[in-house]
Amino acid sequence: MDALTLEAVAVGPLREINLTVRSGEVVCLSGASGSGKSRLLRAIADLEPHAGRILLGDLRQDALAADRWRARVMLVPAESSWWGSTVAEHFLEPVPGSLEGFGLSPAVMDWDVARLSSGEKQRLGVLRALSRRPRALLLDEPTANLDTATTRRVEQWLRSHARREGVPILWVAHDPEQISRVGDRHFTIRGSGLREGGCRTG
Amino acid sequence: MQDGIIELAWWELGIAALLVVALAVTTHLGRLGLARELVIAGTRTVIQLAIIGFVLEALFAVAALRWIALMALVMLLVAGYEVMSRQKRRMTGGWAFGIGTLSMFLSSFTVTVLALVVIIGPQPWYMPQYAIPLLGMMLGNTMTGVALGLDRLTDGAWRQSQVIEGRLMLGMHWHEAVADIRRDAMRSGMIPTINAMAAAGVVSLPGMMTGQILAGAPPALAVKYQILVMFLIAVGTGFGTVVAVSAGSRRLFDQRQRLRLDRLSSA
Repeated sequence: MDALTLEAVAVGPLREINLTVRSGEVVCLSGASGSGKSRLLRAIADLEPHAGRILLGDLRQDALAADRWRARVMLVPAESSWWGSTVAEHFLEPVPGSLEGFGLSPAVMDWDVARLSSGEKQRLGVLRALSRRPRALLLDEPTANLDTATTRRVEQWLRSHARREGVPILWVAHDPEQISRVGDRHFTIRGSGLREGGCRTG
Repeated sequence: MQDGIIELAWWELGIAALLVVALAVTTHLGRLGLARELVIAGTRTVIQLAIIGFVLEALFAVAALRWIALMALVMLLVAGYEVMSRQKRRMTGGWAFGIGTLSMFLSSFTVTVLALVVIIGPQPWYMPQYAIPLLGMMLGNTMTGVALGLDRLTDGAWRQSQVIEGRLMLGMHWHEAVADIRRDAMRSGMIPTINAMAAAGVVSLPGMMTGQILAGAPPALAVKYQILVMFLIAVGTGFGTVVAVSAGSRRLFDQRQRLRLDRLSSA
């Protein structure tokens, strides 16, 4: 698999963002509300107009049709949206072992979307993206609605998935402990740029 | 009734007008708050129809193609304006007017010319007694379909933007991401026409047929004309709505397939 590279990306308040997430690496991103984290993820998924170059391996974002880029570089938003009536309608083939790894029973695929809890929706939102076999993942606070035990399971599964498949993951997180558990590296948004390393306030 | 229609005097219309005034007074006394609108709408009816009466008299007397074309153009632009003003969240930068007008032009004008030249065949083909009423009926119905379709499309995209973007994030093509909203929009544009066809002659006697019968035409001929007009309206409305909904949904996305709600004005 390939690295995800940002070269001089500018979107919203952010300017000159340079960042490489290597194959199999988890990079955490934090920053205050409104600092532009979500907009940066949206720009990487090409859902928001932006300046600069974004590459997956040698492949430039603008060299691919937008839908094909998004099928490779997949964004999982903090709030997932559901349109069908059952869970299965939103999935391609689930990644083997991923449901169990996320603490969900395989029967969840037959459930009504209407009866899902917020925690189930959040986990299924990530799994739904994984079922399409993306080559890079952008996760916007993927464990915000989960209890501690489930959060740990999801973290471990995603980390080992990144290693196993060589998928680069850019993970927006606030909890410093979570960042130290899952992140190989960590960046904080300060003003218009990124700063490597922690911020005590989370 | 032996030859043609019974003459209608202005004072006889006055009786009908008095009834409207009586209704206005009643709603006023009952505090139903409709009196003002009723009087204004009634006055507009009289003025607008009186003007169009003069215009048609003049047009029928001249029967020149360029004047008929001018009349058709005015009708089209008014319909385009009407389509635009009926949308809650309209496209900015003239697109609401442009898409509405273009789709009505493509469908109504094509179908009307086709019906005149190939089916009805008056001499000359643009004979205003046929061309203007036919175009009027086409535009009136296509306008409703296009306005409903575009309104449903833009409102649906606005309300369901999260779902649309959720699909885009999963790598779906924009076409697929709005497929159900397009279907809904198409449906709302076509349903009034389909209902009118289904109810014709059973629940309602369509206006054109009624008019022809009043004017002394044999009911069997009036029915044939009505069937023709119903079919033409269905085709015109259908194609007009298809064009409007397709062009409208394309306009909701940019060349990188991003949902561009900033291209809609907020209510």
